[in-house]
Amino acid sequence: MARLNPRAARAAWGAASALVVAYMLLPLLWLVSLSFKSPDTVTDERPWPTHPTLENYRAIFSSSLFTRALLNSVLVALATSVIAVSVATLAAYALARLDFRGKSLVLPLTLAVAVFPTVSIVGPLFDVWRRVGLYDTVPGLVIPYLSFGIPVAMWTLMAFFRTIPWEMEQVAEVDGATRWQAFRRVVLPLARPGVLTAASVVFFFAWSDLILAISLTSSDRSRTVPVALAFFPGEQRFSRSVGSIAAAAVVVTVPVVVAVLVFRRRLVAGLTAGVGAG
Amino acid sequence: MLAVTAAPLGYAGWLSLQRYDLRFPDRRAFVGLGNYATVLTSPTFWGDAAATATITVVAVAAEMLLGAAVAVVLQRALVGRWAVSTAVLLPAGTITVVAAYAWQYMFTPELSFLTDRAWLGERWSSFAVVIATEVWQATPLVALLLLAAFAQVPEELLETARVDGATAWQRLTRVLLPAVRPVVLVVLLYRILDSIRVFDPVFVQTRGANGTETLSLLAYDQLVDRLNLGLGSTVSVLLAALVAGVALGFLVAFRSDLRQLSAGPARDADDFAADSAELDDRTLDPTADPEAELWRA
Repeated sequence: MARLNPRAARAAWGAASALVVAYMLLPLLWLVSLSFKSPDTVTDERPWPTHPTLENYRAIFSSSLFTRALLNSVLVALATSVIAVSVATLAAYALARLDFRGKSLVLPLTLAVAVFPTVSIVGPLFDVWRRVGLYDTVPGLVIPYLSFGIPVAMWTLMAFFRTIPWEMEQVAEVDGATRWQAFRRVVLPLARPGVLTAASVVFFFAWSDLILAISLTSSDRSRTVPVALAFFPGEQRFSRSVGSIAAAAVVVTVPVVVAVLVFRRRLVAGLTAGVGAG
Repeated sequence: MLAVTAAPLGYAGWLSLQRYDLRFPDRRAFVGLGNYATVLTSPTFWGDAAATATITVVAVAAEMLLGAAVAVVLQRALVGRWAVSTAVLLPAGTITVVAAYAWQYMFTPELSFLTDRAWLGERWSSFAVVIATEVWQATPLVALLLLAAFAQVPEELLETARVDGATAWQRLTRVLLPAVRPVVLVVLLYRILDSIRVFDPVFVQTRGANGTETLSLLAYDQLVDRLNLGLGSTVSVLLAALVAGVALGFLVAFRSDLRQLSAGPARDADDFAADSAELDDRTLDPTADPEAELWRA
């Protein structure tokens, strides 16, 4: 390969970057385009909507099928991330600061849970939840999500906790703070970027899950957005369902886009926390 | 935590030893390994295992190659780096069901300006769409993890290779990738295990038609659609055993590389703290915590 002159190299990397951006954005832009097409023009096979319309957005927000699912999704994801991060913060702190038997096993085990095939716990949960009244309820989803969310949050937080200057905590304790005060006033503020990253990762896990939600719910009462979306096409004509699905897809993706724009660096740091930190 | 994963898995093991069909609860009985004999001699199970293996092998190979390419672009791109790293986060942050619809609609001839062919109507093109969806969603994380690993490789190492006349491709395959081998292996393992449980794109795009049914879909179908908790749990347990087996085999085969990872040079803690502080200046709120401010100074 001949060496390129700097200007040509710059242009080549620029072109490569444009290609990557196009690849990442095209499927999403395609959904945005479809969401603004009316049922009559959705099958016109054109890249852009010729007569952009908000019809699809109006349709989904006037149907309780979608609004209820949206509410359920927000409830489930918020409850999961708040509980998971609270538990994981204390657990990760304990792991970072305290010595106890079996400590070296905790992290590998948490990772094992993270790659565990979700469907393997569907049968037992399905069987037990029906009997104890948790089937088709919001807590019935939050509980299994926690079993995946807590390990993931711990993994993210551990990487942050490892970088905290613990001497500060000792200084606080020497100055008369109790261990709890030192944790709350010194450690927690320092860990906040990690806590927020962990919370967003767990929120997204619960927000995105299909398999548990589809198996453990059966009505609007607790169905989340991914389930409503997956079952949508069966309920209407094709040309109408495409627009509605596209609009709903855009609505649930917009918060992610905003979060990515605002927290980009923090998310990258959080997602790659395991690499290089040992 | 273990109570909500290990206990259900144990219970799944117990259910897998029973004839237990919720439509005929009276006929519930302990059948020992009978369900395993039924499942392991069923062509459906092996067909689904082959579909799962196909998706895993092709998708993971593509994710690793594309991920490495994107990581290199992220590292080298001087213009529009912000745009690239922002765009890269979007597929990773897209709900899998949404991603599945996006790719389905791009490959539906009535909707798409890209194709006139019914991709989801035939077997191998259906696989192509499912795999394309998986690859699109997983490539960003692979790229970001590899990028973080690339950043640890000393620039002098690459410069020496360049002076010695190595081409860009040789520098990538002979210097950069070997230097980050432990990270590559961990990412590879994570991607393989994650792909083996693939469910969402298949469920949305084909519902398992055209031979694309995966093991997760088979288990779901038995458990939730057919209400056969015995057979469904058997498939679940076999799937969990497969994942555990692959993970264990991987850890044994590459144990020296992976040990290197945990013993490797830790990222400088000060760098990380500085990064975190930069990410959020309010992290160290001087009014709330004078000591923190002192520490920083």
